[in-house]
Amino acid sequence: MSLSVSLTVNGVSRTIVLDDPRVTLLDLLRERFDLTGTKKGCDRGQCGACTVLLGGRRINSCLALAASCDGAEVLTIEGLAQGGALHPVQAAFIAHDGFQCGFCTPGQIMSAVGLLGEGQAGDDPERVREGMSGNLCRCGAYVGITEAVLEAGRVLAGREKGTAP
Amino acid sequence: MYAFAYQKPATVAEAVKLLSADPEAKALAGGMTYIPVLKQRLARPSAVVDLSGLGLAGIGVSGGVVTIGAMTTHAAVAASAEVRRAIPALAALAGGIGDNEVRHRGTIGGSLANDDPTADYPAAVLALGATLRTDRRTIAADGYFQGMFTTALEPGEIITAVAFPVPEKAGYAKFPNPASRYAMVGVFVARGPQGVRVAVTGAGQGGVFRHTAMEKALEKSWSADALAGVATPAEGLNADLHGSAEYRAHLVGVMARRALAAAG
Ligand code: FES
Ligand code: FES
Repeated sequence: MSLSVSLTVNGVSRTIVLDDPRVTLLDLLRERFDLTGTKKGCDRGQCGACTVLLGGRRINSCLALAASCDGAEVLTIEGLAQGGALHPVQAAFIAHDGFQCGFCTPGQIMSAVGLLGEGQAGDDPERVREGMSGNLCRCGAYVGITEAVLEAGRVLAGREKGTAP
Repeated sequence: MYAFAYQKPATVAEAVKLLSADPEAKALAGGMTYIPVLKQRLARPSAVVDLSGLGLAGIGVSGGVVTIGAMTTHAAVAASAEVRRAIPALAALAGGIGDNEVRHRGTIGGSLANDDPTADYPAAVLALGATLRTDRRTIAADGYFQGMFTTALEPGEIITAVAFPVPEKAGYAKFPNPASRYAMVGVFVARGPQGVRVAVTGAGQGGVFRHTAMEKALEKSWSADALAGVATPAEGLNADLHGSAEYRAHLVGVMARRALAAAG
């Protein structure tokens, strides 16, 4: 059976005809759209490497059928930087060594962008750790990740107020 | 995944028709359990009927009842100002399911239809004496849960909403498996229109159950002290690499006291 799926991915409208409904959003992004920044770790919802924003909310793209995302807006790691300028979360991950091998990093960063958008962590490291608990890091870069998310939160809050950097 | 046909109906009636016409067809809610099940080839449905187009998400409060649409996500329940005001314990429970990525997709209806013996929602539904609404009838919580992964739902029957009577007091505490956040033991205590009700999830081999000995003790006195002499037999409780049945029995008492403290 063929299914037509229309999505807005990183601001670009795309339509694709799937010959099989088993394609997940993750596989659609990586294998049909060549957006390989989003990673496949466990492929069953346990690691968070595949985190993207769907309609502004972070989800595991390996657990969503592409067909059920018809009409949705998707943001992936490739869509974060604007005109060559890194997103504050990306910059903060570099500044705080929020990674080692980097495999979990796109998922961590998308999850952090989602977390900061939800506004549920504030500047409390414990709540940041809890808020990031869906993203595992096999290299154990958690200390740097937490610092990076806290700093990115400060930068974004400053931007909103029109004060800092 | 084995091959399946994909259907995304736009009305409940259409979804029921698709599911009733084909006993091998399966409903898909948030997919947080069912997609992994499909990937591991533990199920081979002829068709997957996606319920996300039925307009079943949403929360309403009126006349002392909180009604949550079946496709409402855990994140939406956790963040709902109305739920937080009316039944804060329910909002807190929803906010402790899995992780954020899971809470943004996983739904209350999906959780209840699946009836995982370690899921959180069954404890709230049973302790609060909620009513499940389906496409054809209403089902009281006491008659709904029929053993692990087993419910009163008929083939093709779809949960449309869950109605929770607002309690005077309610609290939930769980001992989460540190990796999965599933409840090794979760206890929900509530005092309201239906008296005192205590429901335990995660512990029982037969899924969620009411702890009638605790209910009797709390009817007399709503306090952690009242639970001091109340025993929880280890018989019939789960034992696995995470903990023995005796350990879980002990945790039931600890979680019940914490739930009471949370309820105030
Ligand atoms: S690849 Fe999706 S959660 Fe691990
Ligand atoms: S940086 Fe290697 S897994 Fe996180």
